[in-house]
Amino acid sequence: MKKRTQKLALLGLFTAIAMVLAWVEVLLPPLFSAVPGIKLGLPNIVIIFVLYRMGVKEAAAVSLVRMVAVALLFGNPMTFAYSLAGGALSLAAMAILRRLDFFSIIGVSVAGGVLHNVGQILLAMFVLRTAKLGYYMIILAVTGTVAGIFIGLCGGLAVKRVKWS
Amino acid sequence: MDQTKETPKPETKKHKLRNDLILIAALVVVLVLAGLAFWLLRGEGDSVIVEVNGNLYGTYSLAKDQTVEIRTGEGGTELNLLVIKDGKAFVESATCPGGDCTRHNPISREGESIVCLPHKVVITVKLVGGEGEKPIPDAVT
Repeated sequence: MKKRTQKLALLGLFTAIAMVLAWVEVLLPPLFSAVPGIKLGLPNIVIIFVLYRMGVKEAAAVSLVRMVAVALLFGNPMTFAYSLAGGALSLAAMAILRRLDFFSIIGVSVAGGVLHNVGQILLAMFVLRTAKLGYYMIILAVTGTVAGIFIGLCGGLAVKRVKWS
Repeated sequence: MDQTKETPKPETKKHKLRNDLILIAALVVVLVLAGLAFWLLRGEGDSVIVEVNGNLYGTYSLAKDQTVEIRTGEGGTELNLLVIKDGKAFVESATCPGGDCTRHNPISREGESIVCLPHKVVITVKLVGGEGEKPIPDAVT
């Protein structure tokens, strides 16, 4: 019982950290404002950390609760849909790649970063009924790769160093 | 020595990092090729938009032959004469000292642009009509 409560508290804590990181990211100056959607994805440090240290279900829970909370606080159903498309595809890819045990956390994070953007653009293509977002896809896949490397390095450090209980 | 290494041991850290590098390298190669293909195959635009100092100055159709005076600076003393002819746009004359923009080839493909640095004028070809060119929402994630 105590374990359960502890886990619940930890997951709540991680959700809060992920939300704060999302906020911090908004405060950072945009790296390249000409193309919307380019971001580091700092909250993914938390998601990947939970994925590695606790498991897929836990990571999905943190990710989902964060998205719902952000949508309720700052967003609308549309932004929630975009978050969900990116987050779900990204987490699914990371969970599978982690299971395969073929890449280190950096490779897993790169796949997550790229697929996060791919998921969002696929949804945008569907919503806008246009296939002309292909070049966005290319740009955002490049930035997703770079961001993924950075997030993977941070996540790897966190997985190695953060201790509890 | 090689025979003993035949059995795959992907869980070693070195292997994984090497796999990461392969993944990233493969991504970069694919993306560069895709980007190149897009750049080479990009279609004709239908309009040019003129921006001055980052603000929209006007949008002009490439379908109609026209001449546009882009007046900038204090009292509109600085002038770039934009000419649209046969579906292509070019700057015929300008009062800037360099005149680099007047030597730029006529533009008509989506994304091509002519820039006049001294007057802070940017002329870009866009595809406005029909589909596309709706801003993609910046998802809050």
